[in-house]
Amino acid sequence: MHIEINMPNNRSVAGLLFILIILTLSPGIYADGDGGRLFLENCAVCHGNSGKGGVGVPLALPEFIDNVDDAYLRKTIHHGRPGRIMPSFDNLSDSQVSAIIAHMRSWTGNKPPAYSSKQIAGDATKGESIYQQRCAACHGANGEGGKGTGVTFSRPRDLPVLAPALNNPGFLASASDSMIRETLIKGRKGTPMASFIKQGLSKKDIDNVVAYVRSFEQLAGSAALKKAAAETPYLVAESPNSLEKTIQSVKDAVLNANMRLIRVQNLDQGLVDADQENKKQVIIYSCGFNFLNEALKVDPRVGLFLPCRVSIVEHKGKVLVMTVNPKRLSAVFNNNELERLCDQMHQTYVDILEEATL
Amino acid sequence: MKSLVTIVIAFWLSLFHSAAIADNHVDPAHELLMVRISNTFPEAMNAVQQAVVNNGYKLMRVQRVDVGLTKSGYQTAEYRIVFFGKKKEIQSLSKKHPTLVPFLPLKLVVFAEGDETIVLGTNPAKLISFYPEKDLEPTFRRWEKDFLKILADVRS
Repeated sequence: MHIEINMPNNRSVAGLLFILIILTLSPGIYADGDGGRLFLENCAVCHGNSGKGGVGVPLALPEFIDNVDDAYLRKTIHHGRPGRIMPSFDNLSDSQVSAIIAHMRSWTGNKPPAYSSKQIAGDATKGESIYQQRCAACHGANGEGGKGTGVTFSRPRDLPVLAPALNNPGFLASASDSMIRETLIKGRKGTPMASFIKQGLSKKDIDNVVAYVRSFEQLAGSAALKKAAAETPYLVAESPNSLEKTIQSVKDAVLNANMRLIRVQNLDQGLVDADQENKKQVIIYSCGFNFLNEALKVDPRVGLFLPCRVSIVEHKGKVLVMTVNPKRLSAVFNNNELERLCDQMHQTYVDILEEATL
Repeated sequence: MKSLVTIVIAFWLSLFHSAAIADNHVDPAHELLMVRISNTFPEAMNAVQQAVVNNGYKLMRVQRVDVGLTKSGYQTAEYRIVFFGKKKEIQSLSKKHPTLVPFLPLKLVVFAEGDETIVLGTNPAKLISFYPEKDLEPTFRRWEKDFLKILADVRS
């Protein structure tokens, strides 16, 4: 059997080459279709595959997506929200971000608004009094925003939104004055955010509130994250006692801290046969379930460092008692709300280490 | 001319190949490595444990956080922690660097979110900033690659 293949002539090949090269070099290589894939890769883990929320806030709400401009979404993806879980995605290229935004727009299919980037003049002092009367209940007295993360564990799914932290540097860098004003004028249907015009406020009043919100830029950024970075990653104390006595002391200290002992095991349990385990590396797991439940409500990811755990190791004649340092690890979560719980857990660990190594 | 056509087509094929890999891509840029799986929790738990084993690790145990919470009267969705490691690696690291023990063995958190499941771990590369000892860095880098591979396997 003979098969003859007709090679294309040089003009056809050149034409094909030209098209391939143009397509290859095109900045729009990440088309809307890729936006769906990029969203799944980068956003869906927190915001849900269809943007309905999870650890992160819901995005696919028409009242939200149809009232924010592309610049706001672009800057939000770029800056993230320091201390509010949303990390900065500055690893994504402009074309990738554009593709993600195009995908988000496809949820409603509506044309995005266009807001001016021009600064709005207003009297921040007058705006403050209006803000404290009408905004602070949801957005916090200092613009710190609503409590909780997205909709997982921390809040029932019938609540549509989380009041944004207006003092967050990521928000302030993303939202234009015009966008904030438009939100105040229109409100957000289906949320507690009512139109200020319908509440009887004038456009001048609204401009004053915008000026006050913009004044949050003078506040410090995420102090909690900066503080965390200064901490050591683990806590360690040397015990003056034998390994056996120290293990018992740690158990007693755990119970004195009102926690329940869950498990005592050697580090390599499960890796080697029981008779081969290294009995000089012991882990004591314990839990205050009320604390655990509270922490999971604040951030469902904290299971990475919970339940509580104390490691006891005999090394070169010394007995070391160690824990992770919750203050240091809290930075991993980019969630300022964990600060209080991490401080509490840190203090519990310090108390256990001190009591067990007396 | 033919060789130029071959090069351009090969480049295009490599682009499509990259896109295919990217379907299971997990972004290492952040301190937490997380994936969402469109599987129910039991299916996802199986997938995680299988992926851990397929990537050369031994499963050590599964901590049933949800069971403890439920027994204590709290409502929760399924929430488990999967511990795993390599025998020689854990033994040698813990012996040479005892202060690393609080971070051993390796673990992944798996929790249900409706009909879907979230799997996450701390990026092991984060440990590089915690432990300045130079001999540890290659291990942390390898763990990072392994975590990314495990999470990609779980998503596929």
